Amino acid sequence: MPNSSYEKLTATFFSIVAGILVGGLVLKIAGLPVGEAYLVMFNSMFSRANYVAHIIVKSTPLILTGLSVAFAFRTGLFNIGAEGQFIIGATTAALAGYFLDLHPLLEIPLVLLLAVFVSALWGGIAGLLKAHFAVHEVISTIMLNWTAFYLQNYLVMLEGFRRPNSEASNSINVSASLTFFENWKYSDAGILWLEKHPLLADFLRAPVNGGIIIALLAAIFCYIILHKTSLGFSLRAVGHNADAAEYGGIKVKQKMTTSMLIAGALAGAAGATHVMGVSRNIAILASMEGYGFDGIAVALIGGSGAWGPILAGLFFGALKYSGSKLQAALEAPSEVIYIMIGVIVFFTAMPKLFGKISDLIKKRRAHAR
Amino acid sequence: MKKAIVGILALIFCFNLTTATASDKNLKISMVTDVGGVHDQSFNQSAWEGLTRVKNELGVKVGYQESKQDADYDSNLETLLDGNNDLIWGIGFKMADSILKSAKQNPKQKYAIIDYSFGNTTPPNVVGVMFQAEEASFLAGYIAGKMSKSNAVGFVGGMSVPIIHSFQYGFKAGFKYANPNGKIFEQYAESFTDAAKGKAITTQMLNQGVDVVFHAAGAVGDGVIEACKEKKKMAIGVDRDQNYMAPDTVITSAMKRVDNAIFNISKDFLAGIYKGGTTVNYGLQDGGVDLAPTTSKLVPEKILKELEAIRQKIKEKTLIPPATPEAFSTMFKEKK
Repeated sequence: MPNSSYEKLTATFFSIVAGILVGGLVLKIAGLPVGEAYLVMFNSMFSRANYVAHIIVKSTPLILTGLSVAFAFRTGLFNIGAEGQFIIGATTAALAGYFLDLHPLLEIPLVLLLAVFVSALWGGIAGLLKAHFAVHEVISTIMLNWTAFYLQNYLVMLEGFRRPNSEASNSINVSASLTFFENWKYSDAGILWLEKHPLLADFLRAPVNGGIIIALLAAIFCYIILHKTSLGFSLRAVGHNADAAEYGGIKVKQKMTTSMLIAGALAGAAGATHVMGVSRNIAILASMEGYGFDGIAVALIGGSGAWGPILAGLFFGALKYSGSKLQAALEAPSEVIYIMIGVIVFFTAMPKLFGKISDLIKKRRAHAR
Repeated sequence: MKKAIVGILALIFCFNLTTATASDKNLKISMVTDVGGVHDQSFNQSAWEGLTRVKNELGVKVGYQESKQDADYDSNLETLLDGNNDLIWGIGFKMADSILKSAKQNPKQKYAIIDYSFGNTTPPNVVGVMFQAEEASFLAGYIAGKMSKSNAVGFVGGMSVPIIHSFQYGFKAGFKYANPNGKIFEQYAESFTDAAKGKAITTQMLNQGVDVVFHAAGAVGDGVIEACKEKKKMAIGVDRDQNYMAPDTVITSAMKRVDNAIFNISKDFLAGIYKGGTTVNYGLQDGGVDLAPTTSKLVPEKILKELEAIRQKIKEKTLIPPATPEAFSTMFKEKK
């Protein structure tokens, strides 16, 4: 196992390189120019302020669901349910944002807290079931994902919430919006001012919103909880060895529930910021959108610390955004792009493999001596 | 954090190698798919077939941008906006909000959207395209009414939304028109993707004596057709000619010719005709909807002849198939 953070970093770096190489092979097999494809991807990450803004927006929910999965990992729980918790957070935010219309300073925190609270409870269900009835959290969270999925589809269609003749809910009130300068940037004055500041105008063309600040605050929150409180100590102890922790006087069952509550809250915050900052409403889902599942990949790449998911989320968001640009530039079928992204994630998600390899080499050397 | 922002900004300036933008005078038309993707065996695929025809026959550049999540619509439209497209198509009613927003923010860009009408509030740079699916569904319902031996047919819908209602009530009306005493079973799958659910619903209907099943449920329909094939009953396809999925089972399909609509409107656009601010309706009259060409394989000559007469009536507007529950009930109350 990679034991120092330096080794972890090198392992992650090598796995990203391996992913890019094998991804290039996939492009080659599909008959696409590899160098050009990566150049297009690179350009569509950094060549314009607009692209950077889009990547930040796309990464926000991934960072939060990544934190959610990573947090539960620390207590030895595998939170497959980030997807469902995301949906519950999004649904609650859409409901609260539509039915409440207060001053933004009151409305935004209230909508956000409601969404986080409800999704925490949703995550807590799986924790309770695990702690008291030995229902494995993977099973219960998968079930809860589908429950959340159909619950959203049911709620969207309710009269009064549904926007007439559509498959979507009514939009949230402007007072609940997290998007920066939302009204101003499309007003005459805003358009006039932005014309003189093309870089900012380009940046603001994307739905840049306060979600990223919330995501960063959430990472700080995770760090403090895990490393600066006794709660975090006992959560990590349960993750290391539940039996030893119990012997040491830690209430393991209670800690499992707490861990899932917090994981649910984090994934719910992802759903809430997505609705409040980007989508404005929720729609009937034909299939799961995958924000939570991508969060698993983000947590795997980033490791289960508090800071890893931020970088991994940005990386994943950048891959997804720049991948979509390949379609217009090279007429690449999206299947190839997603296989390539999948390969990169596959390799980056297993720095442990590279860690194991270096361990093996070390052992051999030690043995030879 | 400050360092990171400075870093990012530095990167922006360093790598200002914007990809070469097409600067030729050639016109370009592109589309954004909804979450179904371009190989969905349904209207997205049909739309792309239409655009491909535009490329082959009219020699302009075309392209597409697939959406994986609802949140992708805005950024995909932006990508096309940056790609110097002369006309941008949005495929499917799910894209309505994004098209509207994008059109208002970019008044010089021209847009068109499939399956949505903004009515009187259509911006001057948007054309809405609607299909009178009830007309093709009425014909399909008529065939079902005439060919059912058990006098009981089934309808499997995706979700209870207006677009699906036009299929449902058109079909019901056609069925009642052909077979006033027949029985119809209706159920929604509450999904457009769950083929297993479509199969389960259909099997249950078949067990209750139904022998023809029509679906308007996207990929759920794959299960509907499979169940009918297994039990050797009849199925009716939707959107595209689905006979190839089960050649002895799918007696006809209520086709929505998204490809024709895309082709015609794009062709007009290239000739300088663009009806911005309006909604164009495509029905039987202009080849926007119809039964599949393979209908003649399994449907007897006699019924085909009767269909021809009905088709004529619909074209002349002496028979107006209902698209809503209200229109359906008035149509059949008047008859009684």
